[in-house]
Amino acid sequence: MKIDLTDTTAGDINKALVRGRRAIGTPAVGMVLTLVIVTDEENAYDALKAAGDASREHPSRTLVVIKRVSRTPRDRTTSRLDAEVRVGADAGTGETVVLRLYGEVSDHADSVVLPLLLPDAPVVVWWPVNAPVDPANDPLGALAQRRVTDTYAAEQPVRELSARAEAYTPGDTDLSWTRITPWRSMLAAALDQVTCEVRGVEVEGEEFNPSCELLAMWLANRLDVPVRRSLSSGPGLTAVRMETTCGPIVLDRADGSLATLTIEGQPARAVALKRRETAELIAEELRRLDPDDTYASALRYGVERLNTAPQAAASEPEAAEAPAPAKKAAARTAKKAPARKAAAK
Amino acid sequence: MSPLVGSGANPLRDPADRRLPRIAGPSGLVIFGVTGDLSRKKLMPAVYDLANRGLLPPGFSLVGFARREWENEDFAAEVHDAVKAHARTPFREEVWQQLIQGMRFVQGTFDDDDAFERLRATIEELDKAQGTGGNFAFYLSVPPRSFPVVIQQLKKHGLADQSGGSWRRAVIEKPFGHDLKSAEELNKVVHEVFEPDQVFRIDHYLGKETVQNILALRFANTMFEPIWNRSFVDHVQITMAEDIGIGGRAGYYDGIGAARDVIQNHLLQLMALTAMEEPASFGADALAAEKEKVLGAVRLPRDLGASTVRGQYAGGWQGGEKVIGYLEEDGIDAKSKTDTYAAIKLEVDNRRWAGVPFYLRTGKRLGRRVTEIAVVFQRAPHSPFDHTATEELGQNAIVIRVQPDEGITVRFGSKVPGTSMEIRDVSMDFAYGESFTESSPEAYERLILDVLLGDANLFPRTEEVELSWKILDPIEQYWDKHGRPAQYPSGTWGPAEADEMLARDGRSWRRP
Repeated sequence: MKIDLTDTTAGDINKALVRGRRAIGTPAVGMVLTLVIVTDEENAYDALKAAGDASREHPSRTLVVIKRVSRTPRDRTTSRLDAEVRVGADAGTGETVVLRLYGEVSDHADSVVLPLLLPDAPVVVWWPVNAPVDPANDPLGALAQRRVTDTYAAEQPVRELSARAEAYTPGDTDLSWTRITPWRSMLAAALDQVTCEVRGVEVEGEEFNPSCELLAMWLANRLDVPVRRSLSSGPGLTAVRMETTCGPIVLDRADGSLATLTIEGQPARAVALKRRETAELIAEELRRLDPDDTYASALRYGVERLNTAPQAAASEPEAAEAPAPAKKAAARTAKKAPARKAAAK
Repeated sequence: MSPLVGSGANPLRDPADRRLPRIAGPSGLVIFGVTGDLSRKKLMPAVYDLANRGLLPPGFSLVGFARREWENEDFAAEVHDAVKAHARTPFREEVWQQLIQGMRFVQGTFDDDDAFERLRATIEELDKAQGTGGNFAFYLSVPPRSFPVVIQQLKKHGLADQSGGSWRRAVIEKPFGHDLKSAEELNKVVHEVFEPDQVFRIDHYLGKETVQNILALRFANTMFEPIWNRSFVDHVQITMAEDIGIGGRAGYYDGIGAARDVIQNHLLQLMALTAMEEPASFGADALAAEKEKVLGAVRLPRDLGASTVRGQYAGGWQGGEKVIGYLEEDGIDAKSKTDTYAAIKLEVDNRRWAGVPFYLRTGKRLGRRVTEIAVVFQRAPHSPFDHTATEELGQNAIVIRVQPDEGITVRFGSKVPGTSMEIRDVSMDFAYGESFTESSPEAYERLILDVLLGDANLFPRTEEVELSWKILDPIEQYWDKHGRPAQYPSGTWGPAEADEMLARDGRSWRRP
């Protein structure tokens, strides 16, 4: 059921939630967390849909905070809060409140969200787009144990990675990191099968896809070897090649779904490595709410240290610089970032 | 734990990196009796679900062994249908493409030497084509009488030989014998060929999330353990009820009965988990040690006639359907004494549980399908409320619902709103489906993965199986000599004798 509230307050929203729950006959709820989605009107629908799907694995109260743009200075001084309360079949397995903030109150979203958090349960904030540079010090981010950003949607993903590294606070995490879990587990499984030492790695993938950089940094950090990031036309990550003391190990995925794992001296094997939907990413993200130290050390390794190994630097001096002018080109089309993501699915 | 080559030295593995799932090392699974129901409804879908969750190694191979005249493609088509019909996770083409490359079928009977030679050739071929590294688990989804012959064939054709760091494991299903003697013989046969730590006995109950949650509930919380003893607990009821009859399993069921089929394995395992002391760790050895201690402390009541009940379902109406009685079922001797319902009372002779009875019951054609563990607490020693106020108040209880609707219920008294003081039972529910995933992994998924990983803590060991038979054997012997099973109408909660058995102790069965 759906309850619309216009020009309302957090107290009235709470009352509407209780009323809605009574009306559908399930006064007791087993929700395990509060998920706060901070977004704009354009991306709210997709984000809410993903959260709804993820709520089947993690029943939660979902609060969608939409800050409406004020057109005139007069609009900016008046403030108004509209809310849409959804319970039951309209809200996955939990409850959903869509909050629309107009005028001054949009600068004080935390005052609306705070009274609506579930008692005791953990809080997760997710910015599908336009995440703050320092999520932990954002007023909404400060309410949360877990802050989920998505560098893939940023205008300059690679530069943003450096900023995230700088501002990293335990509890931060990024969907670009979540996207590569299947790759990481397959690469770890591949190394389980051999006893050789890795000498060097190449990570190949689409440009402006920070997942490639994160995977490269994770490998560099864990293996302590030079890692080269090279470009392909995608989709997403396309290959990881590891030079080892007993020959190359290659995980190659050209079509975005079925990959081939080749290990020297062993038969080539097919591996399902499908690019995942946002809902699956969010579900994985909500599975663990403790700080992700592995993400922290991969992120802090530093994008600038990729491609800097002696042999790589000698053979491809332009490789390290190439992304820079390209970034500017990207900035022009960056507004299309979310659309690009939708298309990639 | 898992004998992966160089797994300890893999720099990409880090215990702090908890997103990375446990993926089994290079391996394959050989299923004997692959055309059976269990294989189609549970094993094949579980293998697919594991692959879909990315938990199977690249190159994982599935070999079917059965009498049917199939080619590899027919087998793959059969698996495809089984997966489409029964898998928990959605069907995805690329996962299927990964699996199908390692699918083989070997046609033959269990006494056919050529077939086992072909099986060995298939395994060697898979090692080359799929890189399974010689690691194979043999799943014996076959009738118990075929166990010895299959095991011997595996030995004869060198299929059980582990060499060069590879492993060979045997997975067997219940029944593990029909009494202590036959269980010991079976163990001897199996252990002659496979090392004890390479034999995995499937008790699918132990793979269920709720059953593993018994340990979490008891040992990760502080509020339950202090009252989990004779000072507070009045008694414990463990129930496994089925609404179906024996169906087409007459050949297997007659002569075995409910107690051997269910109490000996599932219910005694549930009881052990409920009653055991805290293990030193969750490793297989520590868990088995505690379970064995508590099973070893189980005492049978002196008067077996008064503290055990068995029954047979008679014709009647079950959930709006007219059904026939056990003795009228196809293939059942009209004079059969086999029990389709069994209820027994056990005591655990240790400091924690002395004097607290454990009532175990199971049956077919009961009211509905349910499995639960109910820990019923003593009444408050003194009540400041007068008698009329607490007339409708029962005993507090914690109920662990194993299936269906997995979860935990706590029952306690609460005031009825109004001007007078009246206290009535209310229940507080925790449902797995509500707080976590709607699709928690199937028991078989977890257990197959554990077999491939070599992780044995969810599998009962030889000692546990033998201890369980020591508990049940005297009861079965008593039943053989005394009386006949009581008849109970289908669709009810068992014979009146079972109610009388508890009434003698001043208690009553919960309606689950």
